[in-house]
Amino acid sequence: MKTFIEQLINGLSLGSIYALIALGYTMVYGIMKLINFAHGDIYMVGAFTGFFASTYFHLGFIPSLLLAMLVSLILGVTIERVAYRPLRDKSKISILITAIGVSLLLENGGIILLSPQVRTYPQIFKQHMYSFFNGIITISNQQIVIFVVSIIMMVGLQIIIYKTKIGKAMRAVSTDADAAKLMGVNVDRTVSFTFAIGSALAAVAGVLVGIYYNSIDPLMGIMPGLKAFIAAVLGGIGIIPGAMVGGLLMGVIEALVSGYGSSLYRDGVSFAILIIILLIKPTGLFGKNVREKV
Amino acid sequence: MKQILKNRLLIFIGLFAIYGIIQILLSTSILNDYYEINIVLMGINIILAVSLNLINGFTGQFSLGHAGFMSIGAYTSAIITYKLGLPFPLAILVGGIAAGIAGILIGIPSLRLKGDYLAITTLGFGEIIRVIFLNTEYVGGASGLSGIPKYTNWTWVFWMAVITIVLIRNFINSSYGRCCVAIREDETAAESMGINTTFYKTLAFTIGAFFAGIGGALYAHNFYIIQPETFNFMKSFDILTMVVLGGLGSITGSILSAIFLTFVYAVLQDYAALRMVIYSLLLIVVMLFRPEGLMGTKEFSLKKLFKKGEKSNEFTLN
Amino acid sequence: MSLLSIKDLSIDFGGIRALIDVNIELEKGSLTGLIGPNGAGKSTVFNIITGIYKPTSGKVIFDGKSISQKPYNNTKLGIARTFQNIRLFKNLTVLDNVKIAQHIHVQYGLFSSFLQYKKYLDGEKSQNIEAMNLLKIFNLDKHAYNLAKNLPYGEQRRLEIARALATKPKLLLLDEPAAGMNPQETKELTDTIRFIRDKFDITILLIEHDMSLVMDLCEDIYVMNYGKIIAHGTPDEIKRNPEVIAAYLGEEDIDEKEILSIEGGA
Repeated sequence: MKTFIEQLINGLSLGSIYALIALGYTMVYGIMKLINFAHGDIYMVGAFTGFFASTYFHLGFIPSLLLAMLVSLILGVTIERVAYRPLRDKSKISILITAIGVSLLLENGGIILLSPQVRTYPQIFKQHMYSFFNGIITISNQQIVIFVVSIIMMVGLQIIIYKTKIGKAMRAVSTDADAAKLMGVNVDRTVSFTFAIGSALAAVAGVLVGIYYNSIDPLMGIMPGLKAFIAAVLGGIGIIPGAMVGGLLMGVIEALVSGYGSSLYRDGVSFAILIIILLIKPTGLFGKNVREKV
Repeated sequence: MKQILKNRLLIFIGLFAIYGIIQILLSTSILNDYYEINIVLMGINIILAVSLNLINGFTGQFSLGHAGFMSIGAYTSAIITYKLGLPFPLAILVGGIAAGIAGILIGIPSLRLKGDYLAITTLGFGEIIRVIFLNTEYVGGASGLSGIPKYTNWTWVFWMAVITIVLIRNFINSSYGRCCVAIREDETAAESMGINTTFYKTLAFTIGAFFAGIGGALYAHNFYIIQPETFNFMKSFDILTMVVLGGLGSITGSILSAIFLTFVYAVLQDYAALRMVIYSLLLIVVMLFRPEGLMGTKEFSLKKLFKKGEKSNEFTLN
Repeated sequence: MSLLSIKDLSIDFGGIRALIDVNIELEKGSLTGLIGPNGAGKSTVFNIITGIYKPTSGKVIFDGKSISQKPYNNTKLGIARTFQNIRLFKNLTVLDNVKIAQHIHVQYGLFSSFLQYKKYLDGEKSQNIEAMNLLKIFNLDKHAYNLAKNLPYGEQRRLEIARALATKPKLLLLDEPAAGMNPQETKELTDTIRFIRDKFDITILLIEHDMSLVMDLCEDIYVMNYGKIIAHGTPDEIKRNPEVIAAYLGEEDIDEKEILSIEGGA
């Protein structure tokens, strides 16, 4: 039982991180029907920014986090402006290929500029273990930080989406970009804003991963990026609560498979989940069915 | 009829001439071993690019899992020669067939999906195949399968590439190939014209997978060892880059860009990251400024070369 | 026996009842019109006949058999259609558009296409000849190697019809074939449609808004409004049917002048 709860908590921590990344994917997909392949690499940039901020500039946790969010945000918006916006009306395949190109560029650019070696994150928090209920539940302070930060971010996101004007614009453009344009919504600005928020959340995930797992490298975005995308699809691509639930589910499943099964199959299970979902209910857990008009 | 046979004879002679020239250059050591290795790689990449182009370019189905089919061809053929001691030609054929069967199995469920979803699903299947090989001790698991006899030489690769190009080009120029192109252009209209789109999408997928398997078989018997890591999604992206650069829907384009990018790979062999940066910039720049790639959907045609002004396209009889 | 028999056809989209108990009978060789205001459900009927939509209730019997839910099967049974918003293969040549439609009658197998031996060569040759002959009828043969998207609008519409005919159908469904055509083109189209009905011995059902074409061409007319058939008869009967007039002009008092204007053209 103890191991189960331990794995569950591990899974929820991992899942929170996946959720943060998945939110970026799902928002961008919702607003322009694009799978931003480069999103995982923005998460990587966030992690590295946090690393440099705390290692070389000796900034504390929160300043590093904010700096990472800022850098990733700028990067995300720039990528959208330069690489995606010109292709917005062209075929979906072109923009997908471009996204792949951007992703490869960030990864390999990172290898060249930052060297491929793994860096160790400085110990921003000395690890403490807390236990409850006579040791049945154990949780580290790092995990608590992950939960707290993730919850703050997600609540913040909900507030932006449902209580602000720009959030309403995002919802409008997601539903029908042309209609939103006719209603006077500045679609370009809304899309930029969406990328900004998504990238900032990914940066948070990157910094949290650096703290939790301690090691970062330029290729760290590939797997988590893919898994977070799967999480977004699982929950229902384009649906925000879906990304949150999907992320948590993916994390928990992965932790349980690692704990009880073989860690070699860990990645394979994620892809198997993707395929099962796409074959059975492609619109995801929270998704609705839409029929094409001929 | 006579004209057609005469054309074919000319092409055949031309191919033999090219083969002969390169063979002479190699045997008199004007081109040394380093060149042979790269010519072999070019040939394999041509096979991979042309087969992927059938799926992505001509049929418009975005597959990102081509490396998976290549790996099935590689491993299956290696088992045939290394573990079962059977001849190389059989291994190539079985490798292709195994990959083709995988193509059917993966194609049927996946091809119901469109665009991005199909891309991610095929990527996922490619990864699942890799993970399966990674966990199969019979083929060496993570350390891979080594001791594969070096049966591949440039002769094999040249003629297999020729066969691949000829067969795929013939398919494209047939009524069946036209169905695939119709699907790319407008799936609903194609259905209304009596075309069973699911069948033809799966057919293109399977044919593409078959030839990827052949490419994999040739690859396996060239390098003595194969590992699951070799066939990851980076490899699929490599092949995709070749197809995109050359032009989605142009066999000539795939051939040219396969040759070009193999050359780039050879030159930048020690600078993997730099090479990938160049690849990625190429992808981005091509998509932004010339999405149709080098050749678009045009093909090199001897007829066009000799008779200017005559209207001809890839679907009428050459 | 009717070639096409639609009985009590209904379909719901979400909460909207798009078709309500539609009944249509088409005799072999007839030239029938399906008219009605926009949104009446006419294209929906076409989509159900071709198998794109599945009806909520009712039956469609074609040539004695139930239609399939797979559009390509229905094409093989002998039903062909054109689309309201042209769906040509825009980036392919005019000739290829037609050749693709000939695929269901292809005379060589998959294997011979890989090896391109005699069967393939003969098959391609006859396909080319047949396709060109078809294009000649529509005066499109001079455009054979042009891309479909470069054709003027009127000729694109003609190409769509030519393409549909290439499937050698028994029933041809034309969805607003005269849309966007001037009176001269419309007259030519009327003659062409009558010609192909006679030459190819096919049954034609067409949706149209151009009244001059409908009244001139059709032998039998069904009128739809709000998903229902509100009238059925010869052109003369339809012209004088008050419900039809009301559907097109609204529930107002009408006088002779307006009835004459319906006769003349909408």
